[in-house]
Amino acid sequence: MDYVLLTEQFLNGFQLGIILFLMAAGLTLVFGIMDLVNLAHGSMFMIGAFVGGTITLVTGSFIVGVVLMIPAMLIIGIIVEMTTLRTLYPRDHLDHVLATFGLILFFNEATRLVWGPEGLVVPLPDFLDGTVALGAITYPVYRIVIIAVGLLVALGLYILVSRTRIGMLIRAGASNRTMAGALGVNIPLLFSIVFGIGAVLAGLAGLIITPITAAQIGMGEDVLILAFVVIVIGGIGSIRGAFIASIVTGVIDTMGRSFLDVFLLLFLPENAAESAGPALSSMMIYILMAAILFFRPQGLFPPKGAG
Amino acid sequence: MEHLRSPANILTLIVVGLCAVVPFLAPALGEPFYVIVFARIMIWAIAAVSLNLIMGYGGMISFGHAVYLGIGGYTIGILAFHGITSAWIQWPAAIGACALISLIFGAISLRTKGVYFIMITLALAQMIFFLSVSAERYGSDDGLNILSRSDFGVSFFDLNDKLTMYYTIFAVLLASVFISWKLVHSRFGVVMRAAKSNDTRVQAVGVSTYRYRLIAFVIAGVMCGIAGLLQANFERFVSPDMMNWPRSGELIFMVVLGGMSTLFGPVTGAFVFLMLSEILSTWTIHWHIIFGPFLVLVVLFARGGIHGLLTRRSDKGVGP
Repeated sequence: MDYVLLTEQFLNGFQLGIILFLMAAGLTLVFGIMDLVNLAHGSMFMIGAFVGGTITLVTGSFIVGVVLMIPAMLIIGIIVEMTTLRTLYPRDHLDHVLATFGLILFFNEATRLVWGPEGLVVPLPDFLDGTVALGAITYPVYRIVIIAVGLLVALGLYILVSRTRIGMLIRAGASNRTMAGALGVNIPLLFSIVFGIGAVLAGLAGLIITPITAAQIGMGEDVLILAFVVIVIGGIGSIRGAFIASIVTGVIDTMGRSFLDVFLLLFLPENAAESAGPALSSMMIYILMAAILFFRPQGLFPPKGAG
Repeated sequence: MEHLRSPANILTLIVVGLCAVVPFLAPALGEPFYVIVFARIMIWAIAAVSLNLIMGYGGMISFGHAVYLGIGGYTIGILAFHGITSAWIQWPAAIGACALISLIFGAISLRTKGVYFIMITLALAQMIFFLSVSAERYGSDDGLNILSRSDFGVSFFDLNDKLTMYYTIFAVLLASVFISWKLVHSRFGVVMRAAKSNDTRVQAVGVSTYRYRLIAFVIAGVMCGIAGLLQANFERFVSPDMMNWPRSGELIFMVVLGGMSTLFGPVTGAFVFLMLSEILSTWTIHWHIIFGPFLVLVVLFARGGIHGLLTRRSDKGVGP
C-alpha cells in the first residue's frame, strides 16, 4: 500500500467532511430547532458560491469575497425565512419537502438567469496557491486552509451553542419551543437568526469549495443529499453528531473511491474488482447509513431531550 | 364515488376520456405529437398512483419513489442489451427486481419515522442512481438505448404497434387505479389508513403495522416498476435521470397537486403537472422560475389539491 497516497486521500476525505459539516450544521440546527425539512439548503450553498465568487471577481480579493459573503448570506437567508419558510412551520413535513423543492427550482433558474448557464470560475489567490510539505507528502495549502476554517467554525459553533446567551436561547427553543416562547423568548426572531446562520454556513461551504470545483448551477444538491446522510447518521439536531458523522462520511467516501478496487483485488479476480470497485464505492456511505440505522434508528448521537 | 356527478368525478371522466380517445383525436386535429405526450402522462400517472398508495393512504412520504421507475426500466434495458427481449422473461424480471429492492429498502427505512423516513428513502434511491451513473457498461450518464421493445412472441400483441403500446399503457393505468381502489377498501387498506392516523392504537389492537406498511411499500414499488418498464419500452431508452431525486420530488408533487388520498387525484395531478410544464416550456426556457413559486403557492394555499378544492366546493352546494 502506498502510504503517501493513503495520507493524501485521508486528508482529502477530511476536507470533504469539513464541507459536509458546514452544510449539515445548518441543516441539523434548522431541523432540530424549527422542525423544518429544508431542501433549499443546497441552494444557499450555491448562492453563497455565486455571490461570494462575484464579489471576489469584482474586488479581486478572495478574502473580501468571503467576508462580504457573510452578511449577504445572512440577509438572503433571513429574507427566505421571512417570506416563505415562516409560513411552513405549522405545516407537516410533506409540505416542507414540496415547498422547498419549489424553492430549489426557483433558485436554480434565477441563478441561470443572472449568471448564465456556464457557471463561474473563481481563481485561487496566489498566496493560497501552493503546496506545503507534511512529512513525506506535499499537500495543497488551500485544502489545509479549508480544513482549518472548518475546524474553527466547528469550534465557534460549539462555543456559540453551549456558552453564549443566544446559544442558550437556541437550545431552549429546540427542547421546548412553546415554553421558551412563554418565558419571553422572541421565537420568530430566533428562528430568523438561526436560519440566517445556517445560510451563512452553507454559503461559506459553497464559496470555499469554488476555487477547486467552480460555481455551477445545482452544485448544492449532491452535497445536500450527502448532508442528509450525515445528519441521519449523526442524529438529527445534534451538532456534535453532525461533526463526527461528516468526517466519517467524508473519509469513507473519498478513501472508498480511491482504494476499494485495490482492496477488492485481494479476493476478487481483476476484471470483477475493476467493475465492482467504482459501483460499490459510490454506494458505500449509503450502506453505512443503512447499517447504522438498522441498529440505531435515531442515529449515533441523538440530541438530549429530543423526541 | 358517492356523488357521481361531483365536479371531481366529472374532471376524472374528462381526463380519462381524453386519454382514451387521444390516439384518434390528436391526429384528426393535426397534433399527432399529443399522442406521445399523453402516453408519457399516463406512465407518470401510474407511478403517481403507486406513490399515493403509500403516501396518501399510508402516510409514508417516500422521497425516493422514482428509483423504481429506474429499476423497472433498467431491468428491461440491461436484459435487452444482453439480447434477451422476450417479455415473458423481461417483465417478470423487472417486477421481481422491484419487489426485491423495495422489500430491502422498505425493511430498512420503515424502521424509522417522519423526517428520517423521508431522508432515508431519498438516500437509498440516490444510491441506486449513483450505481447507474457508475455503470459504464450500460452507458453511465448517457443512458442506454433499447434496440427492440419487449417481445410477447405473438402476432396480435406487438408493442411496436403504436396503438397497442398506447392502449397497453392505458390499460395498466386503469388497472393500477382499480387495484388501489380494491386495496384501500379491503381489510388491508383499513389497517393501513388506521395506522396512518394512529399507529400506537393499531398496534395495541394487536396488528403489526410494520408488516402492513412493508407489504404496501412493496406493492407500490412493484406498481411503479411496471410504470418504469412501460417507460423503457415506450421511449426505448433508459438513463439515470429517470430516477434522479428531482423525479421523486415531481412524483410527490403530482400526487399532492391532484389530491392526496383520492383515487384519481394522482392521475389528474400528473395530467396537470405535465401539461403545464409542456405549455410553460414552450413560452420560455426559464419556465422553472414560474413553476417553482407555483409549487410553493400550491403547497401554501391549495391543501387537498385539485380534487380537494373541487370536493369542498361541491360539498358546500350539495350539503354534507
